[in-house]
Amino acid sequence: MHRATFPNRWLPWLLIAPQLAISLVFFYWPAVQALWQSTLRQDPFGLRTAFVGLANFRRVLFDPAYLNSIQVTAVFSLLTAFLSMAIALLLAVQADKIIRGRGLYRTLMIWPYAVAPAIAGMLWLFMFNPSFGTLAAIPRALGIHWDPLLNGTQAMGLVIAAASWKQISYNFLFFVAGLQAIPKSLLEASAIDGAGPAKRFWTIVFPLLAPTSFFLLVVNTVYALFDTFGIIHAVTSGGPGKSTETLVYKVYNDGFVNLLLNSSAAQSVILMVIVIALTAFQFRYVERKVHYG
Amino acid sequence: MAEGMVGTSRRSIATGHLLLILGCVIVAFPIWYVTVASTHSLRTILNPPLPMLPGPEAYANYFDAFTGSITRIGGVSVERLLVNTTIVALGIAIGKIIISMASAYAIVFFRFPLRMACFWLIFITLMLPVEVRIMPTYKVMVDLGLIDTYAGLILPLIASATATLLFRQFFMTIPNELFEAARVDGAGPWRFFKDILLPLSATNIAALFVILFIYGWTQYLWPLLVTNSSSMNTIVIALRKMISFADADTPWNLVMVTSVLAILPPVLIVVLMQRWFVKGLVETEK
Amino acid sequence: MATLSLKDVRKSYGRTEVVHGVSIDVADGEFVVIVGPSGCGKSTLLRMVAGLEEISAGLIEIGGKVVNRLEPRARDIAMVFQNYALYPHMSVFDNMAYGLRIAGIRGEDLKARVAKAAAMLDLAALLDRKPRQLSGGQRQRVAMGRALVRNPAVFLFDEPLSNLDAKLRVSMRLQIKELQRSVGITSIYVTHDQVEAMTLADRLIVMNAGVAEQIDTPMALYTRPANIFVAGFIGSPAMNMIVGEVGGARRGVVLNGGREIALPKTKLPPAGTQIVLGIRPEHVKLATGKPDLALTVAAVETLGADALAHCRLEGDVKGRENEFVVRLPGFTRVAAGDALSLSFDKRAVHLFDRASGNRLADV
Repeated sequence: MHRATFPNRWLPWLLIAPQLAISLVFFYWPAVQALWQSTLRQDPFGLRTAFVGLANFRRVLFDPAYLNSIQVTAVFSLLTAFLSMAIALLLAVQADKIIRGRGLYRTLMIWPYAVAPAIAGMLWLFMFNPSFGTLAAIPRALGIHWDPLLNGTQAMGLVIAAASWKQISYNFLFFVAGLQAIPKSLLEASAIDGAGPAKRFWTIVFPLLAPTSFFLLVVNTVYALFDTFGIIHAVTSGGPGKSTETLVYKVYNDGFVNLLLNSSAAQSVILMVIVIALTAFQFRYVERKVHYG
Repeated sequence: MAEGMVGTSRRSIATGHLLLILGCVIVAFPIWYVTVASTHSLRTILNPPLPMLPGPEAYANYFDAFTGSITRIGGVSVERLLVNTTIVALGIAIGKIIISMASAYAIVFFRFPLRMACFWLIFITLMLPVEVRIMPTYKVMVDLGLIDTYAGLILPLIASATATLLFRQFFMTIPNELFEAARVDGAGPWRFFKDILLPLSATNIAALFVILFIYGWTQYLWPLLVTNSSSMNTIVIALRKMISFADADTPWNLVMVTSVLAILPPVLIVVLMQRWFVKGLVETEK
Repeated sequence: MATLSLKDVRKSYGRTEVVHGVSIDVADGEFVVIVGPSGCGKSTLLRMVAGLEEISAGLIEIGGKVVNRLEPRARDIAMVFQNYALYPHMSVFDNMAYGLRIAGIRGEDLKARVAKAAAMLDLAALLDRKPRQLSGGQRQRVAMGRALVRNPAVFLFDEPLSNLDAKLRVSMRLQIKELQRSVGITSIYVTHDQVEAMTLADRLIVMNAGVAEQIDTPMALYTRPANIFVAGFIGSPAMNMIVGEVGGARRGVVLNGGREIALPKTKLPPAGTQIVLGIRPEHVKLATGKPDLALTVAAVETLGADALAHCRLEGDVKGRENEFVVRLPGFTRVAAGDALSLSFDKRAVHLFDRASGNRLADV
């Protein structure tokens, strides 16, 4: 598209300089360093450094603890995404149906978006705290010995619940927007053709909602991969016994706490690759309407 | 599905309301829980189940919190925590908006060599959330002496690409003719930005402000790494410290108060600026 | 007010030249219209005068001063855009005042100037409204007010009426003409609508594919078009064109299909020259004596005042597919299928060279 522009030569550089500078200093330079460090083996005091190529990667990828992380992350992401999206969709469908109170419901549904993931985790920890949490009575009533601080599965359950809870608002807002974008005439036509509400939903609404769902799936996955560090750190610290140690958490733990710098760097690089793939995927298939450049 | 439409019976609408109310309860419950908890005494809290209604200790708890009790737990006063978190959140929100607008302005309304290269450079940073480059970025902070400073908390988070993309997209919808009319009227780059672009971007800026403020307020990993001294903690980090060092003496009622204080400001902002926020959120990501 | 001169102005994008050397000297206060089909380069030409496009070659002078390198604001021009380009967040008053404020004009002086322009355009009651609260015609007037208030040397109009409905267009163009007369500012106006062009212009530039085909007064373009393009572009319904050659038993031309048209008073090119004969629908009437052309009516457009009979013409016809249009008085009883005997007004016959398209004979 022909774009009219100002003729100034120096001004644009001035305008774009801050962002470029910060990007260079805090993005590219560290990213390059991570890449470099992932190919080295250093001792924690930096006395000896050896170039080892892809050895760190090999070590990481065959490390059972890492594979455990992958599994934990996969389970965590899938369940969180599925749970939060399903609940959000159900609620969005209801909201789309009713006339009155839509604004009020929306206001009431928005809150979790404003809550820090870490705090979300803490809230659920409070509620299910084995000592004084009110809701701890529920699993006990079901005969379960409730102790998330010692039981890995229960810890996972708690963390998934907290993460899903937090994402419901976000998904809700997008599903509502997506539903509103579906032309009423399509639904009316199918109703005239004899389709009942359930059939209408599965044959018309759901398919037309696919772009939104797809988009949300990617966003939720990214969220589960990265933004949930806070939840895990705050609630379980990756435990008990690494049962909630996600990939990001492992990078932090190995790097900061255990000072395994090179392994952590290698893991960072692997994560980078995953993110790039996901983002590229998102932009290529989901944001096809948006044209860059 | 349109209400009143063929197929939406009265019963169906009633079910709808029911489910929505249930949804709201699920969504609001944890927050309600912690708010109620902050108004009860420690003893009440330690004896489950927690009453569902606010209790009588509200004033006492909050008064306690603001007069130094929190300092005894976490080593830093709750006011200081709130100030820190506000500075970080505002710094990130305002900083990001200014920097991104400037970059988007340059990319859309000027021609300069390497223009598209710069755009891609910025765009690629989208793919590198801070969690992915923890160690090296931390090292940069140490090298630059930014540990335990506001700058250290704010700067690295200020330059991600989403806001730039949003503004770029929006600027591209400004008709060429508007731009040319302004030029014919005699407006240079600064005037055009101030008199025309800025007012037209107001809704976008409002929405972005909400999103970025929350983003800044809820930061966790980064403040965790970059602040060592308690006095520079954000309230979210301080909370976590309180929980992880919990022992038999932990005044849980005050921890609840801190939680409420950590939740309240962003929730208020979202609720008050709801309209812009929802619109902006849906537009931003799409 | 000032004179405007274009001297062999050209525009190229890369290697492709899109405007091929246009020259014209516009007198002070003259209203010149640039007209042509989409893509002919008329807007590009206008924007070069405005300073919104770079000039690849040639000179543009405003008031005798070369402005090639000057920014729009330094050229003392004002422009009315096709989509009005009103600042959506500013009131009508602020829209009109914006350029003046930048120029440093303030206070009472500013208010007076805006008020004067608003009065001329009947906008005084709308000064506090925002553009979205205005109708298309009102927005149009605000756009003109914004230009008027600057009191420039040259007014530039870029298809300002294209987005209005037909009736509004007619009333607005008369307003524009009157306005221009009263303020006497040199104006360049771009449009693709040839009726608008003919109404408004003191002189017209007819453009086609980047070339200025003819620059002349409306009547001159109508009665003596320089080539087939201009002949077919100006005048509605368009001129009929029939292919033929000079010759025949009588002194005249032989049209495809064998018909002979005698042109005794015309200065003819040599016999055998391939020509295209042009005759406007309004210059064809029902023959009283020996007809020049006998045709069958294919369809009739009853317009009330006129009836347009679309007839079919066998043989190779230049311009349109075998069609020949006759404008008859409205009360004429004519229907599809009728056979018409037609005669031409010989004074209104145009002859063009078939190969070059240029005008040949003097009628």
